Parts: sequence; structure tokens; C-alpha cells
Amino acid sequence: MIGFVAWRLLQAIPLLIGVSLIGFGLMQLAPGGPLAVYTLNPTIQVQDIERIKVIFGLDQPVYVQYVKWASGLFSGNWGYTFFGGRPVLDVILERVPATLLLMGSALSVAIVLGLSIGVLGAVKRYSVFDVLATTGALFALSFPTFWFGLMAIFVFAIQLRWLPSGGMWELGDEGNILALLEHLVLPTLVLALVITATWSRYSRSAFLEVMQQDFMRTARAKGVPPAARLLRHAFPNAAKPLIALLGVELPFLFSGALVTETIFGWPGMGRLFVDALNMKEYPVLMGMMMFTAIFVVLGNLLADIAIAAIDPRVRLR
Amino acid sequence: MAEPLLKVSGLEVHFPIRSAFLRRRVGTVRAVDGVDLEVARGETLALVGESGCGKTTTGKAILRLIDSTAGSIRFGGEEIAHHGTSALAPFRRRMQIVFQDPYASLNPRMTVGGILAAPFDIHRIGHAGDRAERISTLLRTVGLPADAARRYPHEFSGGQRQRIGIARALALEPELIIGDEPVSALDVSIQAQVINLMKRLQAERGLAYILISHNLAVVSHVADRVAVMYLGRVVETAPREQLFFHARHPYTQALLSAVPEPVPGRSRSRQVLQGDVPSPAKPPSGCHFHPRCPIAQPRCAEETPRSRIIAPNHAVACHMVSA
Amino acid sequence: MTAAATLPERTGTAAAGAPLLAVRDLTLHIPVPPHVLRAVDGVSFSLHRGETLGLVGESGSGKTLTALMLMRLLEPPLAALPQGRVMLNGLDLMMLDEARMSKLRGRAISMVFQEPMTSLNPVMTVGRQIAEPLMRHLGLSTREATARAEEMLRLVHIPDPKRVARAYPHLLSGGMRQRAMIAIALACRPEVLVADEPTTALDVTVQAQILELLGELQREMGSAILLITHDLAVIAETAHRVAVMYAGRIVEEAPVAALFAAPRHPYTRGLLASIPKIERVPAPTLPEIPGMVPGAANRPRGCAFMPRCSRAISGCAAEPPPLAEIEPGHRAACWNPADG
Repeated sequence: MIGFVAWRLLQAIPLLIGVSLIGFGLMQLAPGGPLAVYTLNPTIQVQDIERIKVIFGLDQPVYVQYVKWASGLFSGNWGYTFFGGRPVLDVILERVPATLLLMGSALSVAIVLGLSIGVLGAVKRYSVFDVLATTGALFALSFPTFWFGLMAIFVFAIQLRWLPSGGMWELGDEGNILALLEHLVLPTLVLALVITATWSRYSRSAFLEVMQQDFMRTARAKGVPPAARLLRHAFPNAAKPLIALLGVELPFLFSGALVTETIFGWPGMGRLFVDALNMKEYPVLMGMMMFTAIFVVLGNLLADIAIAAIDPRVRLR
Repeated sequence: MAEPLLKVSGLEVHFPIRSAFLRRRVGTVRAVDGVDLEVARGETLALVGESGCGKTTTGKAILRLIDSTAGSIRFGGEEIAHHGTSALAPFRRRMQIVFQDPYASLNPRMTVGGILAAPFDIHRIGHAGDRAERISTLLRTVGLPADAARRYPHEFSGGQRQRIGIARALALEPELIIGDEPVSALDVSIQAQVINLMKRLQAERGLAYILISHNLAVVSHVADRVAVMYLGRVVETAPREQLFFHARHPYTQALLSAVPEPVPGRSRSRQVLQGDVPSPAKPPSGCHFHPRCPIAQPRCAEETPRSRIIAPNHAVACHMVSA
Repeated sequence: MTAAATLPERTGTAAAGAPLLAVRDLTLHIPVPPHVLRAVDGVSFSLHRGETLGLVGESGSGKTLTALMLMRLLEPPLAALPQGRVMLNGLDLMMLDEARMSKLRGRAISMVFQEPMTSLNPVMTVGRQIAEPLMRHLGLSTREATARAEEMLRLVHIPDPKRVARAYPHLLSGGMRQRAMIAIALACRPEVLVADEPTTALDVTVQAQILELLGELQREMGSAILLITHDLAVIAETAHRVAVMYAGRIVEEAPVAALFAAPRHPYTRGLLASIPKIERVPAPTLPEIPGMVPGAANRPRGCAFMPRCSRAISGCAAEPPPLAEIEPGHRAACWNPADG
């Protein structure tokens, strides 16, 4: 097991290096270069742009820039923002709590709900519940998130006035937990809708496949009651693809959700990304890319470890 | 003496076992580990053994469906073990195979007619006009109605599908047909039909068969000679009656004694072999059978027994058996 | 390593007392509009303590469905369709609700399946799978059940039982897995064991071991065994009585010796004749039964075997013959049975 984990971590290094190279390269290819935003400003002249280039070290050869940036990552120096000169790492990290809160709530709700709907649908295949759930999932996956978000705001915030229409706090009322929860409800539900649909489909098919297997019939022939059959026999076998799915979704805990956060004005990583794009804040964008990449690798690694823990056949290799 | 139709010497098929880390070779599965066989024209040789003995791999290697790692395969006097695809083409017409699973060996998306026409198309025999006639002749030969050509495999029963497989194998008028457990998946009453069909075809066409089977009773009905395999090696080869009633190798004896007979009430002294067949990746040293052998001696663990002729046409690979 | 296998006492006629398991008119008609599949069509038989009844048939005979119906293991939508009575010690299993039936499965009546490679849960240790019914039905604690599980592994002659109990199924060979299945099925000492083709997927030498094991366990525990197979040779060596099924019905039932010596039903005769046997001089052709088993949807009106029968008479097309006693203990469903 230790060897397995060590080997996977070792594999992660070239992966992350590759990601950083690609990201850095893509940015260099962007039209106008990193300073394109300044060239739009009529008051800035060419000499100023040249000076800014030198300050930011953008006059140096590309590979030098890359090495400087990449080595900076290890020491905690992720660069500085173009606007305001703030350390990128700080800018990113200060968004993390809000992101975790929103994504964590949405994922928890969605997984629990999705699993339950999926398992119920598998157990009572083709029942009214199952058909409704399947159709509902199809709808949820087809309608765009921004539509849901806007409709939710329209119905619950504007018409019914039950919930606030956006943001994380009310101005001047920061620190009020109750208000925070009120603000959390709508974006969580909108986000959870799509994730629930995905999970219900996956878990339904994973359980259906397991329930057809011979060993489930053996369990029934031994007199194992239905609940125990589901929990102790079906679930550990169905868990593999679901854990893999979790491993893929885990990085979202940190990278946030672009559309939902924008619609609801939630100050998370997704919003940061959109804002940085608009302002062409390349240091921030590159920083976020590396940040996300690290968590994707970690997420997949955890998923693989979990799978090996559950399925003894995987451990052989 | 005329050269036999098929002569296999020292055939080996080894598969490497690779580790997950860097795919290094960490071992070898010796699926076929030095097999000698001969089949004369018009004769049926049965290749028997339990799962993991390598009989199916041997059959596939003979047909060049998989590559052997060592040894010689001589068909009709010519060495084919190292022939490339184009050099093999004429031989593919002369030796054919019938598979075990009638439900998986026919392409479900082709009509029976299409399946039977394919060999002619591939080898460019005849022309489009006479296909229909060739197909209906084949169907008649195996006892299927002519309108079967228009239907799809799933419309037929297991026994009928096996007949289709046999028809396909016969299409190019081969000299040798390898039957890989051709009746194992069929019901008993259908088995009899297919066995009778195969015997009739052999008598009419002078076909040679290699019958691969684990079912000794079926083998006793069809075979002229029998070769018994254990863990990649041939342990005994003999004419039919010799093998079934005068077997000399302890494994053959145990195998025969384990076969249940449809005769009740016989409390016969049964040799029930203990233990399981070892893995072909880690075979026992010396004679592969020695850990389970009732008459094993220390020599058996050290030295691999060579196949020796102990009676006319009867060869045994065992240290404890003398002529 | 040569053991003269002493076969259990074959009394042929019923062992003392009432039957342990009495099946009456077991029927499974599956509506598939516009047809009705008569998969199992009025099957009746009895099983006594310490006895092995062989249920023989080819594909489409309904033998596996019969076994599944005894255990009430059919899944919806078939689950509600069976009719008839299955009396285990006087209790009609068909009348029980699922909760009560699940208390009997693995406890009073157990089943061993055909495919040892897929019938065990791959992510649960072997010992745990044996301990499960012990904990559920007998209320044993985890420690007690684990100890009993190891004992069961020893009973089925699995080498190194302690290690195997902690191991996962994929490390075991087919023969060992089938022994583990038998250990699971017999853990609570059930009165009836239903074995559905338990050795079909195994090599012949392993088959011999497993059949010997079943006989040994039957002698020790006194269980009744319903052995379902297509292999008449296996029946000859292990069963006391035989029932032959064809097209959803039992067509002949007799003590083993009587059936093989003097089969009365033409299908049984045809079947016995067409089995290849090891003989000094092989017959030039194996006797065949012409034609094929009719599908469950298109059974002929009268006797289902008539189209293939060499002894058919005019009455055979009108009505299916009842399973009638021809000699004491020997029943056949035929309007024109062969002589003994």
C-alpha cells in the first residue's frame, strides 16, 4: 500500500510540471500578451508599457520567466497581481473559505440525495418513483445553471421575498450566522441540482449492475435481509465507480462554480476566476490553475486509495 | 512410412507475466511446455485434460491463431511455425476450427448465408453467382434447411448453431478440423446428433480431426488416438482402447477413475485426487504431477520425465513406468 | 491416496416416516402476450431425510426454475407467479411472506449454485460470508461465528482453514470456492440442501472430490439433498432416487437402480441410450433422439414428447399423460410406456 501511494505521488510530479508548462505557454500565446490591458488605456504611452515590462520582468526570455515563476511556487511566492500588486497566494487563499462553504454544502446535499434517489430507483426499477427520478434528472442536466439560478432568484427572492437575492452577507451585517445561512440556501440548491442528477444516474446504474450479480442471489439464498444485502453486499461493490466520481468532483470543493457564483454574487474561487479573466490578471489565473491541478491530483489519489481499501482484488498489483 | 498430415514437435507457448511497475518481466506462464503430436490423414486425435492443461492453447498454436515461442509445426510436410500471414494463407484453407461456444462464435449481425459465404469471399473461390448453391450444399450437408441462409444466428438453437459452425469449417474443404470442445455446451441428446454428424463427415471426406475435450466419454466414442495433457505437457499418448483400458500414467488413471459412469450401485475403488491443479505460472519442479501423484518418488521432483514408447504406439512420460 | 468410496446406504424406497419435503403441483406459467410460457407445469415430488433425489433434465426442462421456486428466489416480476405447494416439515413455504421465508433460507433450506467463480461476494472475506448466516439465524456473536466458520472450512476439507477464512474469494480456485459455498450452505445445518449443477463448471477430478464431499456431509448431518443436473452419470453415482424432467414436467421417477436398469418412459430410454459411455468397442453411431425440445411457448396439446417419440400412439396427441405408478416406487408419465 505504501508503495502504491509513493508511486502515485511520484507520478504526480511530472503531471504537475506538465500542467504548469502548458498553462504558462498558453498565457504567452494570448493575444496582446500580459500587458494587453494596459494598451487599451489611452493615457498610457509606449514608454510606460516598456517600463512596466521591465518591472514585471516581462522583458526577459520566456524560459527564464517560467523558471522564475515555477521556482517561486515552491517558496510560497506565487507572484503579484497586476492591479494592486497583492500576493497572488493571498488573493486565492482568502477566497477558499467561502468556496468551501458553498461547494461543501452543495456536494454533501447532492451526494446524499443523489445516492438515495439512485439506490431507490435501482431497487424499485421502473416504478413511478424511478421514472419520475430519471426524467427529473434528465431535465436537471439539460437546463443551464444560469437559467435555474435566475429563476430561483426570481421566484424566491423577488416574488416570494423569502430569501436574499445574492451575496454572502448583507452590508454591515457580516458575522451574522443566520444571515449567512439564508444567503447560502439558494446557491447551494441550484448547484446541488445538477450534481444530484449526475449522482442519481451513476448510483442507479452502479447498483443495478451489482444487483444482477450472482453473489447477490447467494446472499438472498442465505437469508440475508434486504437492508443488509444492500448495505453490506451491494454497496461495497457498487462503490467503486462512485468513489471514482467523487475523486473527480472533489477538486470542485476548491475550484468553485463559475456560473452559480457569478449569478449569486458569491465571493468564491469561481467568481475570482471570472473577474481575473475579465481583468486579464494572468498571475492570478496561473496561480488558480496550479491550485486546481494540485487538488485534482490529490482528489484522484484519494479516490484510488479508497478503492484499493474497499476492493482487495485491486491491491494485488 | 508416409509423413503424417500434422507433426508437432517440442511446441512451446510461453506468456510473460509483467509487473505493474515499469512492465518488467517477473515470470512466465508456461501454457504449453514441450508438446509432441502427430495426426495422420483421416484420423481423429483427441487432446484431453482439465482446465489449465494447455490443450486449447495447443490447438490455437497449431492453427497459428497464436504464435508459439518454440517448436516445430509441420503440416503436409511443410514447416509453418514461422510463416507470416501471406505464407499462411493457403494453409488456412486446409485446416479449420470449430469453437466451443455456439452462442459466441457466430457473428450475430451476419445472416447464416453471409457467415457461410465469407470463407469463399476471403479466399476468392468461385464467383458471386455460385455462392447460393455452395451455401445450400453446405447447409444440406449438416442437416439444416436451405432457408436457414436468410436467418440470423439468434434464431437457432445451440445445436443448430454448432452445425452452422461446422458448415463454416467445411466450406473450404479442409484436410484437418480442430474441434475445441465442440459439444461441451450442448445438451446430451443434441451432443449425440453433432457427434454422429462429425463422424459421418469424417467417413465421407477423409477429414482428420483434433478433438480437444475434457469429456472422456465423448472422446471414447470418436477418437482413434488420445493424448492426455497435464500442465502444459503430454503425459500419455495411446490408441483409444489402450488408453481407456490399459492406461499407464498415474494421472490418466486418476482421470479415468474420476469419470462418473451412468451405472448405479457400483462402489468401485475410486482414486480421488487430492488438491487442485497447480498454476501454470508456478509449476512444480521435475514432473509437474509429482505433488499429487500416488506413486511419486524423490526422483520425480528432480528430473522431468521424458516421453518413452512402452508399447506399440503407446508413449508415457513417467519415471515409474517401464515398457 | 486411493480411497474406496463407500456409497451411502441405498434403500431405494422411502426412508422411514413422512417426507421432509413434499412438493405438490408446482407450476410456473409466465404470461408473455400472446403466449403463455409453461416453464414448470405441475411438478410433484417428495424428499426424505438423509436421501439424495436427483432432478435430471436438459435445457428448457424447467429444473433450475423448480429449484429457485423451492427457495422462493425468483425476482420480480416472476416472483408472484408460482403456484402449488412446497411443504417443508408440514409448513407450506409458498404461503409465507418474504420476511418469514428469509428466516428459513440458509437455516432450514439452503442452496448451492452452479457458478463458483461468481457466486461469492468478492469484497468480503470467506470467513465472514460463512459467519453471516450463523450470526443472522443462530444469533452467534462475531467471535463464535468466526470460530464456527473455520470449523466449517475444516469440515469441507479446505487446507489451512484459518488463513482461508481471512482471505478473499478471488484467491481461491474453482473447486475451493465451491467447497466454501457448501460450507456457507451447510453452516446452520439445514434439513434440505438444493444443489443446482454444483459440479458442472468444475474439472472432472474436482467434481469427484465435491461429490464425495457432499455424500460424506450428508451421512454426517442427515440432510436431504436435491441434486439438479443434466449429467445422468453423476446421478448414477450419487443419488438414491431420480426424477427426470422434460418440458416442464416430471416424466419419470424411480429409485436409481430401477431407472437405469429398466427405464419406462421413451425419453428416459432415449436419453440413457444417447449418453456416450466408455466401452471397448464404440458404437458406430450414438443413438439420437430426433428433433428438439419444444420451446416453453409452443408445447403441443398432448404429451410434450410425442413429436420425437418412437412409441407414440393415437392417444398421445389428445391429452398429456399423468405421472402414474407403474410399479411400486416407479412412476412414469406415458400412455405407452416401455416394458421393464
